[in-house]
Amino acid sequence: MFQRLLVANRGAIARRIVRACHRLGIESVALYSDADSQAPYLAEATQSIGLPGNTAAETYLNKPLLLQAILNSGADAVHPGYGFLAEDADFAQQVMDLGVHFVGPSPQWLSSMGDKVAARELMAEHNFPLFAGSKELNSVTAAQRAATQIGYPVMLKPAAGGGGIGMQVVADDQGLAVAFDRCQRMAQAAFGNGAVFVEAWISPARHIEVQVLADEHGNVMHAFERDCSLQRRQQKVIEEAPAPLVDRQSVLALAERSVELLATLGYNNVGTLETLQSPSGEFGFLEMNTRIQVEHGVTEMVTGLDLVAEQIQLAAGGQLPPQPTLSGYAVQARVYAEDSQTSMPSTGRLQVFAPPNMRHVRVETGYAQGMTVTPFYDPLLAKVLAWAPTRELAIGRLAVALQAYEIRGVRTNIALLRRILRSDEFLAGRVHTGLLQQFLG
Amino acid sequence: MAKVEVESEVTGNVWKLQVAVGAAVAVGDVLMILESMKMEIPVEAPVAGTLTEMLVAETDAVDEDQVLAIIEAV
Repeated sequence: MFQRLLVANRGAIARRIVRACHRLGIESVALYSDADSQAPYLAEATQSIGLPGNTAAETYLNKPLLLQAILNSGADAVHPGYGFLAEDADFAQQVMDLGVHFVGPSPQWLSSMGDKVAARELMAEHNFPLFAGSKELNSVTAAQRAATQIGYPVMLKPAAGGGGIGMQVVADDQGLAVAFDRCQRMAQAAFGNGAVFVEAWISPARHIEVQVLADEHGNVMHAFERDCSLQRRQQKVIEEAPAPLVDRQSVLALAERSVELLATLGYNNVGTLETLQSPSGEFGFLEMNTRIQVEHGVTEMVTGLDLVAEQIQLAAGGQLPPQPTLSGYAVQARVYAEDSQTSMPSTGRLQVFAPPNMRHVRVETGYAQGMTVTPFYDPLLAKVLAWAPTRELAIGRLAVALQAYEIRGVRTNIALLRRILRSDEFLAGRVHTGLLQQFLG
Repeated sequence: MAKVEVESEVTGNVWKLQVAVGAAVAVGDVLMILESMKMEIPVEAPVAGTLTEMLVAETDAVDEDQVLAIIEAV
C-alpha cells in the first residue's frame, strides 16, 4: 500500500479522497489555490501545499507546479479526482515518470477514451451497441452529408473534452451550417482541438451508465448502473442508483457486456461506461469516463463499496472486492451556486452554510460557512445523497434534507431541485434527458 | 436618444468582446462573452442602437451589476 498520497484536486472530491486515505491509513497531501486557502479539506489532510494564484490554469491545471509539489511532498501516489487533470494522459505519464503511482487507468486509456470519435470506433470494432454517428468532420458539406445519412435532428459534438461544451442539437442542413463553425471554434478554445462529429439525437432518452472496477491483473467487475437523466446544458443535476423503470435483465446484460469488453481490452482501475437508452429500450454507447465520477456516491450507498478506497487499493495492485448485491435506493442532488430560474452562476460569501445532519443522508461539500464562492471554479456547492429501502422514501428523505440545507450569501438551485423531486414525473420514475428543462422558465 | 447601460449579471471575467465601439447593434446581439464558474455567459444588447462605450477589456474581472458597455438607443 502507498505511504503518502497527493490529491491533485479541490473541493468536495479532494475532501472525499482525504477521507478514503484516512480509512486506508495513508497520509494525504492536499493542494490549494489562494481562493481555497480556508477550505475544510486542508485541515483534514496530513499536509497541505499552496498553489499561488486563483485561476484553474495557474493552479490545479498547472502541471509543472503540480509535479514540483509531488516531488516536494514525497508522495508515492497521486489521485487526480474528477475534472482538472483527471483525464490528461500527459500528466498521468509525467507522474509515472517520477516513479509515482497514478490512481487511474493507464495513460493510453485516458487518451483513447478522451477522443470520442476514436472511442466510438473502438466500441464498434468490438460490437458494443452504438447509435449512428460520423467520423471526424472537416467541412460543413461533409457534416451535412453525414447528418442526412443519419437523419436529422442530429447532435453536433466536439471530439475532445466534456461537460457539454459546444454540443448542439441541429434540425436541418441550414442549422448545421450555422452551428458547425461555432462548435469548431468553441472546441478549439476550450480543448485546444477543434475536431467535431455528429451523432443521432435520441429523444426522449435515458442516460444510463455502468460503474466498472478493474484490477491490475486482468479482472473486471461491475457495480451496477446509475441513471443520470436529469441534466441541464448536458450537465447532470440529479442521479440515482439503481435506474428506475428499466428491465433489470437488459440492464444487467449491458453491465455484463461492459465487463466482458473491458476485460478483453485490459482496462484497469475504475471507470464508467455511459450509454443512452432510446424510447424503445435500446442502449447505445455515449462515452467512457476513465476516472471516478461526481455521482459515485449513489453506487456506494446501494452496494456498500467505498469506490475511492477501492481505486487507491487497485492502483496499489490490490484485488477486486467481492461482487456486491443491490440494497435499497439512493438519489443524489447537486446543489449548484446558481439561480433556480435563470441558471446564472452566483458568487459571494457563504454567510450561512449549514448542511443537514440526518440519518441515511450524506453531504459531500468542499465549502464551509464563511468561505467565499468565487467565479474561478465550477458552481458545485454540495452533493446531497439519500438512501432508503424504497425509491419513494429515498426521494422523500432527499427533499427534506434539501429543505433543511440552510445557505445564505449565494443563490442556489435548491428550489428547483425540490420542485423536481416532488413532481409526479420524477416520483413515477419517468425520467429522460429533456425532463429538467420542463421545470425551468 | 437615451443612453442605456449594459450590466453584468454575474461576477466573472471578460472572455471575448464581440462588438466594437461605433457598431450598430440590434436587440439580442451578443456584445461580449463572460466566463464564470466554467460557464460562458453571453451579454446581449437590451436595446437597438449604437455601441458608444466599451468599459471593459478582454480578461478583465467584472462584478455582478457592473456596467460593461453603453448603448445609445435609437
